[in-house]
Amino acid sequence: MKRITLLFFVGLVSIALSGCGYNTLQVQEEGVFKAWADVESTLQRRADLIPNLVETVKGYAKHEQETLQAVVDARAKAGSMQISAKDLNNPAAMQQFTAAQGGLSSALSKLMVVVERYPDLKANQNFLDLQNQLEGTENRINVARQRYNAAVSSFNGSVRKFPASLTNKFLLQLERKEYFKAEEGAKVVPKVTF
Amino acid sequence: MQLILQHFLPKFVSFLFAFGLLFCLVSPLIALEVPRLSGRVNDTAAMLSLQTQAELERMLEQFEATDSTQIVLLTIPTLKGEVLEDFSLKVVEAWKIGQKGTDNGALLLIARDERKLRIEVGYGLEGSLTDLVAGRIISGEIVPLFRSGQMDAGIRAGIVDMINAVKGEYTPSAAAPEQNKESDPYGLILLLIFAFSFIGRAFHKKKKVAAIVGGIASPVLGVLFLPQMGLWLLALIPVGIFGGLFVSSMSSGGGGGGFYMGGGGFGRSSGGFGGGFSGGGGGFGGGGASGGW
Repeated sequence: MKRITLLFFVGLVSIALSGCGYNTLQVQEEGVFKAWADVESTLQRRADLIPNLVETVKGYAKHEQETLQAVVDARAKAGSMQISAKDLNNPAAMQQFTAAQGGLSSALSKLMVVVERYPDLKANQNFLDLQNQLEGTENRINVARQRYNAAVSSFNGSVRKFPASLTNKFLLQLERKEYFKAEEGAKVVPKVTF
Repeated sequence: MQLILQHFLPKFVSFLFAFGLLFCLVSPLIALEVPRLSGRVNDTAAMLSLQTQAELERMLEQFEATDSTQIVLLTIPTLKGEVLEDFSLKVVEAWKIGQKGTDNGALLLIARDERKLRIEVGYGLEGSLTDLVAGRIISGEIVPLFRSGQMDAGIRAGIVDMINAVKGEYTPSAAAPEQNKESDPYGLILLLIFAFSFIGRAFHKKKKVAAIVGGIASPVLGVLFLPQMGLWLLALIPVGIFGGLFVSSMSSGGGGGGFYMGGGGFGRSSGGFGGGFSGGGGGFGGGGASGGW
């Protein structure tokens, strides 16, 4: 009889662990990390496009040195600010990262407004191709960000929900993750001045 | 008058309240829904002639037969204020165009009233149908034809170009549908424990019966939880026999009641391949290009 009780106890413990989100929490945290890797690779893709874009614009719009320099600087700043998976629960690090990427977004959108003044540039096939790729990349960034935020949302939800909250408190001690919010700079529509 | 008011006002208020509640429930449904996937050509905006529809359907079916790549067309009357890119992603996430594992699907989405269109490209086709190629198909082929009012020709040209861009990228054998049976050793152990305690109660002191039942039940449960183990599951038979003997001699019988195992929950869906057309489970990450005419 004792052995049966023991058997039951083992069963109960394993139910308790799986029912209390021990596995779910870790799977979801891994999901957050993966989604973040996707965000980073799409951001990298954008950064890779910029040197080419700057070179092409330079050839046609020599008077826009300032705008171009702003893009180059913003890219350098965004490139220097990486965030590791471990820091995803650090609001300050995420804030800085978001600000740097937002700076690049707004510098780029200013540049895209400026080029409207150069019909020759806008007719250039190379430029059109780059513009096309840039648009595609921005869309990927958007998708990757939304998916990351969805992963964070379900992970953070699980961390706070009973009974997984207890499992986390006493066993796993995973921290909630920060959202990758829409960049401040990206929301401001740049003004067109002629 | 006063009486009537007193009588009806509360009813009226509660009616309003109920109506409000109902509206709360319904309002999310008003947003633009993803239409049902009815085939490879989904012309809900009626932009194509029947002849072209049939032709494209045939062309795309043939292409899937040779390359396993799924290309789907969707036309909608209006976006109802939704962003084209967001809606497009919602469609492909719902339809899961492309094969599972190779993610070789693409969607051509056309919003008639907004005069916008988008090519949405699955992960597996991003190498050949790049944003750039997709953008050129839109601005170089489809848009000029659309501007001159040739909808049939524009859509056909777009589909043909998409096919040409990704031709030869995949073969059907490379994208053989995977067996998506999951293994769950954890669940198996749990269920075996439950099963044996039940056997122990039910066949208390009837060792032979318990051994037989245990020997049969173990591999059967094993197939449910560890399908890919194949013949190795036969090793569960002696385990089951021994387990049955063990519990029938250990357990104190007649406990009554016991526990009730809820049915259901073990059936694993096998994907919807009941004739007709369905997405194969491909993934998308926002690749592609948009345009307008």
